[in-house]
Amino acid sequence: MGISGPAEDAADVAIIGAGVVGLAIARRFVLEGARVLLLEKEPDILAGASKGNSAILHTGFDAPPGSLEHACMQAGYAEYSEIRAALNLPLLETGAMLVAWTEAEEEALAAIEATALANGITDVSRLRPEAVRAREPNLSPHARAALLIPGEHIIDPWSAPLAYALQALANGARILRNAKVTAGRFDGACWRLSTPAGEVQARNVINCAGLYGDLVDAALRGHSDFTIRPRKGEFVVFDKAAASLLGTIILPVPGERTKGVVLAPTIFGNILVGPTAEDQEDRARADTRTETLRALRARAAEILPALADIQVTATYAGLRPATERKEYRIITDPARNWITVGGIRSTGLTAALGIARHAYGLYEGLGHRHIPIPEPATPRVPNLAEHLPRDWQNPGYGQIICHCELVTSREIEAALAGPLPAADLGGLRRRTRAAMGRCQGFNCLARLAAVTGRRLAVPLAPGPAA
Amino acid sequence: MTSATPPPASDVDILVIGAGPAGLAAATVLAAGGLRRVIVLERETAPGGVPRHCGHSPFGMREFRRLISGAEYARRLADAATRAGAVILLRTTAIALGPGGILSAASPDGMLRFTAKRIVLATGVRESPRATRLVGGDRPLGVMNTGALQAFAYLERLAPFRRPVIVGTELIALSAILACRHIGARPAALIEANPGPSVPRPLAAFPRLFGIPVHYNTEISEIQGGARVERVTLRRRDGVTRTLACDGVVFTAGWVPEASLAHAAGLAFDSDGRCSDPAICAAGNLLPPLKTAGRSWCTGRRLAASILRDLAK
Repeated sequence: MGISGPAEDAADVAIIGAGVVGLAIARRFVLEGARVLLLEKEPDILAGASKGNSAILHTGFDAPPGSLEHACMQAGYAEYSEIRAALNLPLLETGAMLVAWTEAEEEALAAIEATALANGITDVSRLRPEAVRAREPNLSPHARAALLIPGEHIIDPWSAPLAYALQALANGARILRNAKVTAGRFDGACWRLSTPAGEVQARNVINCAGLYGDLVDAALRGHSDFTIRPRKGEFVVFDKAAASLLGTIILPVPGERTKGVVLAPTIFGNILVGPTAEDQEDRARADTRTETLRALRARAAEILPALADIQVTATYAGLRPATERKEYRIITDPARNWITVGGIRSTGLTAALGIARHAYGLYEGLGHRHIPIPEPATPRVPNLAEHLPRDWQNPGYGQIICHCELVTSREIEAALAGPLPAADLGGLRRRTRAAMGRCQGFNCLARLAAVTGRRLAVPLAPGPAA
Repeated sequence: MTSATPPPASDVDILVIGAGPAGLAAATVLAAGGLRRVIVLERETAPGGVPRHCGHSPFGMREFRRLISGAEYARRLADAATRAGAVILLRTTAIALGPGGILSAASPDGMLRFTAKRIVLATGVRESPRATRLVGGDRPLGVMNTGALQAFAYLERLAPFRRPVIVGTELIALSAILACRHIGARPAALIEANPGPSVPRPLAAFPRLFGIPVHYNTEISEIQGGARVERVTLRRRDGVTRTLACDGVVFTAGWVPEASLAHAAGLAFDSDGRCSDPAICAAGNLLPPLKTAGRSWCTGRRLAASILRDLAK
């Protein structure tokens, strides 16, 4: 073994993990001309850390100056802005206010402003309490001051990575789902990876396994340079009746003792509050706790008092793949044709496109060269943002299945078809918003069960009525 | 929301939003009372509202002097409205209310725009979902309200679970039990946060008749499971917790008026269904307190009679 060369159909790179980072890397490598194979252990993409976040497109104003994280965020922000029109990706231009509620927080603003300037974010400004109120009249009157960061915006946290996936596929990538890499060996030129979908071959491997990044490194490289320590963040989403109450992202001033929470509009017309930061061992379980959810709701109503009268539409928790260190853990292992992209925490959604460019640079550094695709295909994703035209506004949609989010049967069918059909309810929800509205399926769950039938890996109804 | 060019407005006498008992009763009385253009908008594919999901009796004593199933009741209400001259537009979703009787709606044939002398909101009520109740734990399949369970059982003939826990003891919990029986599911327990049942005495023994354990002073503190519900943690008021194996959770009641259309227009109704805009009024379960289908039907008729008097002035 080990003498025979790679098979004809061996990929240039196998990417392990179809989160936002793996998908952005797949897209980048395909556009650069590489043959890409993406392996995902779950039935659908975005099943791990990427499914639960606050959906903010960050400027990187508070990232450590000179850090790789900061560089990737700025590059990611720039590329998202550049490609979003072509891919039909929405942007809600909200700006953010980092609001000081105490004297100590007010004093901390100067250092944060200095960091922002050092990071090249020069349009930040300090706001006095009157200016804070003028911008957000519904905010608690106890705001003492704020730092305005006009470039912080809101995006759709799921359609963006879906667009990266669809563009990768349209230009020749292969994505295998239900394809957990269970073993692998490297013969000096080629990796042979075992998956339930069969053995696959690739000259290089890029580990984007997120919450399992250290385990994949340990299993295939023999060791990992870091240990994942999952950090859970719980969120509460308020009804769309709250949308008119807030137009700006409200960020907390990071403190010594307390980690504040973000209050932000969502691109779907809700307001969300979160995340908490709870370290845990479990890499898969993102459960919520009633006490925590109550505390989040109460904190949201302290910041924006009118929220006390607004119903909660949804609650969820996400897991961030934190490690023992704050910074990204991007490691090349030239002897094994291996790159690990790990420890991408809260900034991954913003930075993914930048991380992908960085990863391609590292790959070129290993001596690989390809010819970029001259005119790549650019599939457009369906718009789900509330402030832009939706499918129900165009005739011929069949019927509206989810009334709260106005999701049409045409949208449901489209999400269940195409090159990357939704494989479970979560995937369908992320692609269409079905059952994500205020009634949480009271009206549409049974219809969805009937419409999706056996097309989902886990059917909504296990069986017919007895 | 944006849309290309606004469609031409249709002038009508009455626009009723929602073809449930209240809306159909109002439409019937208004059309029979001589108004020529009475239009009912219904977002579902069939008229009838909530009773349509109710395979069980008793419905119809007040309206038709006989006991019929919810589905039959829904059909009869719709027939009565149509015979009186009202037009029911199905698959048509009210989108936004404007001042003075303007309404935009979405339909599979394109956007519609109406101007009406009166708009009757009869959008009904729904139950609070798990999220609104802030019940923690995992997010597996199998957690729903009674309304969804009834749609599974009677409209789609599907079984979303076999052994659910039912939360709450209002009258609708009995509907949940009947829906479970209809699909061959056996509830693992009925739980109630209060010390006793919320339903009137004679019905309180109902769950036990079916052999379902009832736990008072008890709440669900956590739902657990991977793909589907596997168990719940029950917490008694004295703090004692235990787990109970089940494959679903039905949250019953916790009534929330379907008021987003009115709220978005900045309208709030008094108990007679009137608001600051004289062109807009409400009937049925959009107005608390919760009413049976028959009581909702009565409010629709009453409101319609007062509209007829108004318009005759």
